Amino acid sequence: MSPPDRLPGRPPWVLLVPALAGLAFLVLPLIGLLVRAPWSTLGTRLVQGQVLDALRLSLITATLATCLCLVLGVPLAWTLARVRFPGVRIVRALVTVPLVLPPVVGGVALLLVLGRRGLIGGWLDGTFGITFPFTTAGVVLAEAFVAMPFLVISVEGALRAADLRYEEAAATLGAGRWTIFRRVTLPLVAPGVAAGAILCWARALGEFGATITFAGNFPGRTQTMPLAVYLALETDPQAAIVLSIVMLAVSVVVLAALRDRWVGNT
Amino acid sequence: MSDAGGLDARLVVRRAAFDLDLALTAAPGEVVALLGPNGAGKSTALRALAGLVPMAGGHVRVDGDDLRPLPPDRRGIGMVFQDYLLFPHLSVLENVAFGPRCQGAGRRAARRAAAEWLERVGIAEYASARPRALSGGQAQRVALARALAVDPGLLLLDEPLAALDAHTKLEIRAALRRHLAGFAGAAVLVTHDPLDAMVLADRIVVIEHGRLVQDGTPADVARRPRTDYVARLVGLNLYRGRAEAGIVTIGDGAATLDSVDSLEGEVFLAFAPSSVALYRTRPDGSPRNLWRARVAAIERHGDRVRVRLAGPPFDAVADVTPASVAELQLSEGSPIWAAVKATETHVYPA
Repeated sequence: MSPPDRLPGRPPWVLLVPALAGLAFLVLPLIGLLVRAPWSTLGTRLVQGQVLDALRLSLITATLATCLCLVLGVPLAWTLARVRFPGVRIVRALVTVPLVLPPVVGGVALLLVLGRRGLIGGWLDGTFGITFPFTTAGVVLAEAFVAMPFLVISVEGALRAADLRYEEAAATLGAGRWTIFRRVTLPLVAPGVAAGAILCWARALGEFGATITFAGNFPGRTQTMPLAVYLALETDPQAAIVLSIVMLAVSVVVLAALRDRWVGNT
Repeated sequence: MSDAGGLDARLVVRRAAFDLDLALTAAPGEVVALLGPNGAGKSTALRALAGLVPMAGGHVRVDGDDLRPLPPDRRGIGMVFQDYLLFPHLSVLENVAFGPRCQGAGRRAARRAAAEWLERVGIAEYASARPRALSGGQAQRVALARALAVDPGLLLLDEPLAALDAHTKLEIRAALRRHLAGFAGAAVLVTHDPLDAMVLADRIVVIEHGRLVQDGTPADVARRPRTDYVARLVGLNLYRGRAEAGIVTIGDGAATLDSVDSLEGEVFLAFAPSSVALYRTRPDGSPRNLWRARVAAIERHGDRVRVRLAGPPFDAVADVTPASVAELQLSEGSPIWAAVKATETHVYPA
């Protein structure tokens, strides 16, 4: 009864050849990384303080940035999906700006707003003594800035696809708007939130431009893995390869683990 | 109906296709079925009662209180949705406990109340199951328990049997009838199945194009249909005409039919397809209500054969045995004589 999922017959070469080339283009660099890795000294290089520091900082900041994105991004996605207000299209476009903006520009923009003499940064510094640039908190902000659109877009898509009638059923059972969101809407879109959070986390983990611009490159404080890789490439290429392999491994492990659990069946 | 209790509503809803304007009452303990073709506004009426679509006018009074200004979550109305809409991420017990929890009951009290309702609808052993593990009939019972667990003043059921296969439907319908009989408040049921309406409801309200076209007991609606739609549903031939001295003139005088009723003026005339007799040639000792028709279609209808007769003078439906189809050598397009006895027709005021 279900329609056939493919036409019978051989796929045309015109499509197959570029498809294979595309696959090679994506996979070959990774293979190159593995081939050129200094496997014999890998163990000793890994336990060097700088690598572990950078790795720890990367994991912590990416996770914190994802939490920040969840706290701010899920309500934003809900508002975009469920509240009708004038200019909703403009707001949606604004949300996606960090997606297309060069991250360096994002870093500059963050500096102009949250920098010591920035629009808000000056006031924060003067009133509370809080400064973000060149701090670990600054790394989190820079990562959250570039990663949040991934979460918002994913969650908004899930909310739009969710069956609104469940929310109606909850309403007839006496649930107010907040209870409906908490007990019905959010659990129903949980896979979308999880997928968005994974994308968001991966993007935050790899973030370079905004971080180095806004938070600088201080080992142990703001030097995340991508920054460490870039620096090492100039001074010690072998170390850069090792750091890259670590990042590759972390990304693959986390994505694979979460994919099976939440995203699955795609 | 009664000012003291039950439902007293006038629902005015503006839609793109039509405007719904329906006065609807239901006494406490009464089950009213909203019957109508697809797109007649049945579900819209139910959603307006629940507060899920905005009303352009009218009122919704339940036990004297006007609910119209209230949002759905403050109306205290129980609703069973067409696809049941059990929350897939909650267990059966948690689904039923959802309403009591929202009404402020503690977790334990809500679960206890939910367990009692599951017991009452006979599905207690599935308390910890997820909704997707349930059959259609089981899900329907859980949906009913969930709606009743909020102790509603008004119970709404949107096509509660439409999602079930024919076999489970019988059993579930009988169970639903029992639970509706045990429910003290007013209940409104939407269905497009006349049999469900007849079995479950104390009163049937037929709506077409957003307007009430007939309101009566199931027996009355079945016997005296007032529109072609209802006549088709209950399987009767229905005509509108003028009665004078036992003769009913149909349409603009194209045909007349005798009847034994002594009504005068605008009337409906109905007769069952089984009371129509068919003849190949004009019968002797001719019955009075005899007309010449053309066979438009021949269809299997249970153990009988349904013959659609096209006019002029008018369209009709006749039920005959397969044997007589062969005897009469019936085929589409062939001419035929049709007759119905005056005593088999039923005439009532329009």
